Amino acid sequence: MGFDKKELSGITFLLLLGVFAPFLFPSYRIQISELWLFMVYASTWNIQGGKMGYNTFGNIMFFGLGMYICASTQIAYSFPLAEWTAAGGVKTFVHTVEQYFTALPIGMILAGLIPAAIAGALGSLILGLRGHYFAICTLGIGIAAGEFATSMKIWGGGQGMTVPVWPKVDGQEIDVLGGSVNFFYTLTFILFFCTYFFLRWLFSTRFGLILTAIRDNEDKAEAMGIPTMRYKVTGWVVSAFFMGIAGAIYGNINGYIEPTEVAFAGATVGVYMVLMAILGGKGTLWGPIIGAIIFQVFKEFFWTYFLGWQRVALGFLIVIIVVFFPEGIMGWLRRIKPELFGEVVDRKARLAQVTIKTND
Amino acid sequence: MILLQAPFLNLQALLDGIMVGAIFALAAYGMALVWGVMNIINVAQGEFVILGGYITFAVFKAGIHPVLGMPVSFFVLFILGYLIYRLIIFRVVDKDMFISILATFGISIMIQQIMNMIFGSQVETALSGFGTVFLFNGNITIALIKLFSFVVCIIGALSIIYFMKVSKMGRAIRATAQNARAARILGVDTEKVYAYTYALNAAICGLAGSLVAMTYTLHPYIGLPYTVRSFMIVIVAGIGNIPGVLASGLGLGAVEEFSSYLIGTEFRIGIVFLLLVVILVYRSKRLAKKREYLK
Amino acid sequence: MKKINKLFLSIISSFLLLIASSVSSFAKVDGDTIVLGAAVSLTGKYATNGEHTQRGYDLAVKVINEKGGITINGKKYKFAVKYYDDESDSNKAATLAQRLIEQDGVQYMLGPYGSGITIAVAPVTEKFQIPMIEANGASRALFTKGYKYLFAVLNSADQYLNSAVDLMAEQAVAEGRKASDVKVAMAFEQDAFSLDVKLGVMDRVQAHNMKVVIDDALPKELNDMTATLQKVKALKPDLLIVSGHSKGAMTGVKQITDLKVDVPLTAMTHCDAAAINKNLGGGGDYVLCAAQWHKSLAYSDDHFGSGKDYAKLFESIYGYDPPYQAAESSAALLVWKDAFERAGTTDKEKVRDAISATDMMTFYGPVKFNPQGQNTSKPMVLFQVQDGKNNVVAPTKWAEAKLIYPTPKWSER
Repeated sequence: MGFDKKELSGITFLLLLGVFAPFLFPSYRIQISELWLFMVYASTWNIQGGKMGYNTFGNIMFFGLGMYICASTQIAYSFPLAEWTAAGGVKTFVHTVEQYFTALPIGMILAGLIPAAIAGALGSLILGLRGHYFAICTLGIGIAAGEFATSMKIWGGGQGMTVPVWPKVDGQEIDVLGGSVNFFYTLTFILFFCTYFFLRWLFSTRFGLILTAIRDNEDKAEAMGIPTMRYKVTGWVVSAFFMGIAGAIYGNINGYIEPTEVAFAGATVGVYMVLMAILGGKGTLWGPIIGAIIFQVFKEFFWTYFLGWQRVALGFLIVIIVVFFPEGIMGWLRRIKPELFGEVVDRKARLAQVTIKTND
Repeated sequence: MILLQAPFLNLQALLDGIMVGAIFALAAYGMALVWGVMNIINVAQGEFVILGGYITFAVFKAGIHPVLGMPVSFFVLFILGYLIYRLIIFRVVDKDMFISILATFGISIMIQQIMNMIFGSQVETALSGFGTVFLFNGNITIALIKLFSFVVCIIGALSIIYFMKVSKMGRAIRATAQNARAARILGVDTEKVYAYTYALNAAICGLAGSLVAMTYTLHPYIGLPYTVRSFMIVIVAGIGNIPGVLASGLGLGAVEEFSSYLIGTEFRIGIVFLLLVVILVYRSKRLAKKREYLK
Repeated sequence: MKKINKLFLSIISSFLLLIASSVSSFAKVDGDTIVLGAAVSLTGKYATNGEHTQRGYDLAVKVINEKGGITINGKKYKFAVKYYDDESDSNKAATLAQRLIEQDGVQYMLGPYGSGITIAVAPVTEKFQIPMIEANGASRALFTKGYKYLFAVLNSADQYLNSAVDLMAEQAVAEGRKASDVKVAMAFEQDAFSLDVKLGVMDRVQAHNMKVVIDDALPKELNDMTATLQKVKALKPDLLIVSGHSKGAMTGVKQITDLKVDVPLTAMTHCDAAAINKNLGGGGDYVLCAAQWHKSLAYSDDHFGSGKDYAKLFESIYGYDPPYQAAESSAALLVWKDAFERAGTTDKEKVRDAISATDMMTFYGPVKFNPQGQNTSKPMVLFQVQDGKNNVVAPTKWAEAKLIYPTPKWSER
């Protein structure tokens, strides 16, 4: 499983960015944490959308679930959850250092495992649908999850849930890796690299080939004796696992969980993950990563300079991406410079091809 | 249980449900058309509805009775739909449907903010001045504006069906929906058909929006529920099943209304989506027995 | 290979360029201008009131600057506010607050609109220890987390409609009935603010032993209250309470009119922000409304004069009567000015301490913060829409008109 030079330079760039960014751009740490998380969202979406050809709008469910599960664990480990979230609660609970740092890893692990289990359980039902029915069904799941979360009192319902605060001593944050912002930044960075290497390994095995086979022609794959459902569900379980942990970390960065805007944010994060993967080039390993970088950069740019028009600009960007770059940046690169991808092209033969244009 | 204590409430809920459902059904027609003919899911459907509402509201503000805003909304949205088709949509018609979902999503968020800039962010409504009618000794209350909306929707739906059956363009649309290449070979200008279909959809939404302005309230950011309900109605009815859309729309309205009484309004939307998921899964499982799948 | 490196290089450089270009003002105090930051809902479902909030802030900045600004240690300063649009999304608001603090270097914050969003922003300002004076987040939950840097000039949500319940009890007794005979119907949106209003209401309902006959939760994209209102028609409660922000007030009144629902007393929140006295052709008449402020109250200060003066000024610029959301936003700036001058420095910690010691009178009402940061010296008022005008009817000390009870039946109007 060697690394070729292009990939190595890419990984080095990201490593350097990751390690030095908090020092070079201290006021952008949260944006960059978000960037790592965006890369995770886009990369895991890619398993379904890119590699498998199953466009899903529902992975946000795992994100939101992971967020709530981790926060609930962090709270419930030391205090009664219902009282913490009770509306207008008059009590104030403060975590001690041991409580906080024991509950946090437990919460994160559960945030990965429980959504993965749910994906495993529901997978065979939902993944039986194909094409746009699958997309719509998952969209429905994403929205329904948000709506039900709004009604669940134990999670704070429409009032949302405040995540436990980073422990303070004498009013100052305690110094683990330089405070809460740095700590969670590091976590996002680690999560991204774990996701990246895991997916890289996964796609290089037979599993990756089968996913692609499912995308190209599922019936034929089944006719060849591949138990496609098993692979589809496994892919979903992997996505759920990483999305759950991503959600857990994000909940802690944000400090506050709102059911439809932070946790089950279908209309924002749910759509962004799709756009980023498409922008970069779905189906490739690096496509979602590049897409995430470009998207985040543009988004921040619009919010600073186009205030008042920012959503118009974003909508316009989306239309441009979708209309002119449906194969994404990677796909576009592949078309104009196939040598980069190791494809050998006989220039003369290509030019000799005649294309018949129809209005199909 | 209040529905048992006050039995006439059941009839009331049914009537309220189908009156609410009628407006959604109208918007769903447009979506079914665009989906069936061009294989595009128009995520900006709700925004077209709200925009149509705002145009009627502008008419109302100018001192004219909002009912006269209905044809204005219809025509303005028709032109707008045509323009959007010619600028953007035609590029995604032949691509993957997923692409069209994203493209129309982009259009929807643009329209939202543009509406916010033009019409402001206040909640608005247009007053129709229609009264209320009481039946069964005052046990059943019907707001006349809702009844009016219902009638308009039914007439609108029937007109569309009639139009599709009888007029030349209608037949061209149906032909294109069945088989675009064959239609082209037989001389149908499919580009024109597509543009017309999309424009017609926008116009239908504009009409629905006009009714929304008079019956409910308007705000630049409340278009999504209309989009989502249209989706659901079309899916439940099955693509291509135009009369089914009407039945599904009214049915959905009734289900929502009843669930407000039975389960509580806060679960209404969650229930509706869950229902969608269940229906889809059930249908696909049934087809899977025959080794087929939902197309 | 070289090309891929070029691609990455260009990505890096564009990133850097962006960062360089957005390093606009890292100054908390830019020359003689004190910059405050605010993430406000200029678009999205709260845009209506977000706009009122922003205008309140802008008007106060204008008036304060025109009247000589802020004097700290003999030097004169002006205010300026840096805005971002949080799009009524709590997630964005938190991100934008962090951006204001970390990238724009803002050291003093003004609150966003709405409890839900303020609850999302508060952890951020608290984390970075930036004092924030908020004027539009009324949820009680804000004051139970031990925040040291959050100050609210408005009353908490649970105080909005309790006096309406007490008023109903009074009227029942005056009619010869018992307070416990009263039947109450309620419809609340499922958000932080409305649920807190409900807490306050339930508190009084239980104190009087009233019966709750309808307890509906309104979905967030509320557009239709028909089911609730049909139940009201069937069960005939004495008191109907609706809290669903501006959209809830407008939808409620419109559908009550359309369905001709008769309730002896109706109480809502956000009626003035939805302008139900004007937009609904008389349908809003007789509705009781909770308000943080009303222009007829006799408070005044040396910047805006009286409430009526403030309203006149606001209307002359923006063309409509200011709802209380605008007034309380303006008041926040007055508190900032007072705190800066008393602290005698721009150091944020000292200013924070000065804010917590505030004890002043504004056109909006008295402002004095308790140790949790709540303003506990100002009472809420109730007004009733009478013939298209909002008249204060409670507390009796400030009442300019008598409560009209019971609401005349639709058939008699």
